Amino acid sequence: MTAAIEARGLGKQYGRRWALTDCTLSIPAGHVVGLVGPNGAGKTTLINLATGMLTPTTGSIAVLGKKPASDPAQLASVGYVAQDTPTYSGMSVEDHLRFGAHMNPAWDSALAHKRVEQLGLDPKQKAGKLSGGQRAQLALTLAIAKRPQLLMLDEPIASLDPLARREFLQILMEATADQELSVVMSSHLVTDLERVADYLIVLVASRVQIAGEVNSLLATHHLLTGPRRDTASLPAGQQVITESHTDRQSSFVVRSNEPIHDPAISVAGLNLEDLVLAYMGSAKAGSVHPMLEGTR
Amino acid sequence: MVWLTWRQFRWQAGAAAALLAVVAIVLGVTGPGLVTRYDQIGLPSCHTACTALASQYINELEFTTYGKLFYAGLVVMYLVPALIGIFWGAPLISRELETGTFRLAWNQSVTRTRWTLGKLSLIGLASVATAGLLSLAISWWASPIDHALSYGQSGSHFLRLSPLVFGARGVAPLGYGAFAFALGVTAGVLIRRAVPAMAVTLVVFAAVQILMATLVQPHLIPPVQTTAPFNASTANEVVITSSGSGPLTMILKGNFSMPGAWILSNQTIAPSGRVFDGPPGRACTANLPQQDCNNWLNSLHLRQLISYQPASRFWPLQFAETGVYLVLAAGLGALCTWQIRRRRA
Amino acid sequence: MIWLSWRQFRVQAVVAGAALVVVAIALLATGPHLASLFDSNGLPTCRTTCSADASNFINQLKGSATELIFYGSTFLLYAVPGLIGIFWGAPLVARELESGTFRLAWNQSVPRARWIAVKLGLVGLAAMATTGLLSLMTSWWASPIYHAAQKAGPNSLSIVDKIAPPLFGATGIAPVGYAAFAFALGVTAGVLIRRTIPAMAVTLVIFAAVQVVMPLLIQPHLIPPVQLTAPFNANTANEIMVDSRGSGPPTMTVVGNLSKPGAWTLSNQTITPSGKVFAGPAASACTSNSAPPQACNNWLNTLHLRQLISYQPASRYWPMQWLELAIYLVLAASLSLLCIWQVRRRRG
Repeated sequence: MTAAIEARGLGKQYGRRWALTDCTLSIPAGHVVGLVGPNGAGKTTLINLATGMLTPTTGSIAVLGKKPASDPAQLASVGYVAQDTPTYSGMSVEDHLRFGAHMNPAWDSALAHKRVEQLGLDPKQKAGKLSGGQRAQLALTLAIAKRPQLLMLDEPIASLDPLARREFLQILMEATADQELSVVMSSHLVTDLERVADYLIVLVASRVQIAGEVNSLLATHHLLTGPRRDTASLPAGQQVITESHTDRQSSFVVRSNEPIHDPAISVAGLNLEDLVLAYMGSAKAGSVHPMLEGTR
Repeated sequence: MVWLTWRQFRWQAGAAAALLAVVAIVLGVTGPGLVTRYDQIGLPSCHTACTALASQYINELEFTTYGKLFYAGLVVMYLVPALIGIFWGAPLISRELETGTFRLAWNQSVTRTRWTLGKLSLIGLASVATAGLLSLAISWWASPIDHALSYGQSGSHFLRLSPLVFGARGVAPLGYGAFAFALGVTAGVLIRRAVPAMAVTLVVFAAVQILMATLVQPHLIPPVQTTAPFNASTANEVVITSSGSGPLTMILKGNFSMPGAWILSNQTIAPSGRVFDGPPGRACTANLPQQDCNNWLNSLHLRQLISYQPASRFWPLQFAETGVYLVLAAGLGALCTWQIRRRRA
Repeated sequence: MIWLSWRQFRVQAVVAGAALVVVAIALLATGPHLASLFDSNGLPTCRTTCSADASNFINQLKGSATELIFYGSTFLLYAVPGLIGIFWGAPLVARELESGTFRLAWNQSVPRARWIAVKLGLVGLAAMATTGLLSLMTSWWASPIYHAAQKAGPNSLSIVDKIAPPLFGATGIAPVGYAAFAFALGVTAGVLIRRTIPAMAVTLVIFAAVQVVMPLLIQPHLIPPVQLTAPFNANTANEIMVDSRGSGPPTMTVVGNLSKPGAWTLSNQTITPSGKVFAGPAASACTSNSAPPQACNNWLNTLHLRQLISYQPASRYWPMQWLELAIYLVLAASLSLLCIWQVRRRRG
């Protein structure tokens, strides 16, 4: 099956700053991918590269097997909701639907109108007068109704209230199930992604820290706590992500494919948020930072 | 693309239609009066008295509403392409870039190139049509005046062929409309913010218009050169000037009359081939009658060297001018399209 | 507030400065030539030949680059206030409303009314100063032309009558008023319409309309015009026209040559002894092809017609300028107050 996104050595430079460095990913189709990272990590850059808004400085990227935005068929197969969910403030909701219909041969008008009705949007209302949540829903409707294979969302729910967020994700999941969409959604709110994502990419300081299916990531990452010891004294095969030490105790977040059998250490699982935070912490300036002591 | 372009262009189209309607009404109401007077005064069938009749016609009109409308027509014909560039061209793409809606527009199933070309060609056509219709209306209205002026003194700034009026008649405004629009869009694409793009469009367009009119227009077709002996008694201008404490110089312009022609240069040359600029002989500086000065000047065997565009070249020059501007417009359109294709967000 | 106004106005100020410098250079380069032409025609010291010398001078300018610059500078003095209204006025508040930065600006320790009042005041003053400087520069440059017009005396060169439009609005202090008004109009449009480009378009249209209506309807009556009558002499008439198109007897239009040098003639009518405007019918002396032209004149002279003109004398130039300035400043002030009031009561 064609990978949804295939990136090799992808990099983007602005002036002297590298917004994305040496990114190699192979995101399989048929997943809901969460793209996580702190602000300025390069999430928007990656999504812009995948939708053809930017061209790479180094490396290459193929979306659904083709170069992004290369021809109308490729454009039709990728839906995109940008940050701040842009809409034409002077055009009404109905106008936006007509816009979609004129600009996309595969437009599903019935679906679009059904969604607008379900959302309770007034078709004559100008988009500039909608609330933030309603605009986000309109932008999502436009992206979904063109029947894409891959949907890319750049922090679409960042500025929404919790109820609007929940509704947005609900509609997204329905559409994903109905249309067999692949979704790539970026966010810096991991709790939202926890609900929907089954594939995770952590992007920090313009580099990919980790990418993989959520289930297998959670299965292979452990929180080890035990008496104080050096990192080097841990058995091989255990990759330390973060560590923190007090006078008498050490705790490590490690990645290990094998089960850990050390009676002196207590092993616990991590939830997605702690996992992401661990990777974000370890990436900061390349040095080891004490992990927050929140435990389960 | 057609629906989208229209939907986003509705207001501007309405404004243009309103302007055209107002102009049509004003010109339609006043036009026949001009023609009537032209016929009444005897110009269509004149033989020998044409110049005098034409002068009378022009003088009658000069301080009336007709005269004011004539000037207004010139102003409108020069302003409209600039306004097209500023209000139709500059915001076209820069607003999408400024507000971020390009992220919505460029993700539909229409490639950027087609999106750009669609907008450029549809609104470009509208620009050309607006400027063209206006030019048609105003040139039609002003044709009695233009005809009367062409009988008269060559070198008047209001001849059809003079740089002042040339760009406000015929097909030249079509080229200006297309160019101003393309210039505006390009400014918008490069500057990415609407109001600065509007200002830059205005400045660049004004500069191009002034440069073209002064430097290029007169030479689109190489002007006709002719020489004649200089006769001081019939000269247009015999002037003695002094630059402060320096030597006195003379400026001589011989009489040259070719009705309707635009004179580019009228120089008086000494037999040596250089432009004659004095110094004035005693016959001119002492308090003697002008005839003495004239006699002295005539004894110098000076010649007039005149370079001009005859009235018959009006349409060839118009087509050349329009061609130049259309090529510029096409070039800018291609530049825009290329820039949008390779844009980083 | 002053720092903020300057910081947001920097680019426009630099552009205005550069434009003024360019104009100044152009005027400086051509001014001396104009002055020396004036001198070489003997105008500074003319006594009896002034009128002819002045005509000579003006005729020499016809068809020259100087004539173009004269028209160009007149056009510029109408265009600059309009441009100020569009590029300085309309975006002033509309930009903030459109981009949402008003939420930042109106939440500082400066109350909204003060914020907009200071912006209006500072940028408005800059607008007036720019236009004033421009007017000053062009009147300095064109002074030989106006001097010649004065010296021409009875043989007035009407095209350079400062008191009549279009020159009236392009000289003296009137343009300063136009700039203030256009600027205030632009800011008001921005406040009411809340979107920059539509505000710019609306400002342009309204300002152009006002500038067309004022000279047509208001300027002639700023001060009640002077009326003057004199006997009509067909031999010196400006115009004698017979119109035989209609079905009835041919009508006539006659216009006498009565005029005051340098004045703005508002109407010039020829009236019969009964007080009505003379419109014919034309006698055979005027319509028949075989009659000599003198016959028509003689017949007209027997009718004891009178010329009635209504005009503004040249001496009223400065009083009318001050009145025009006052009107536009009052308009500008009212619009400014409207802006301030609207900004204060706006919902966010």
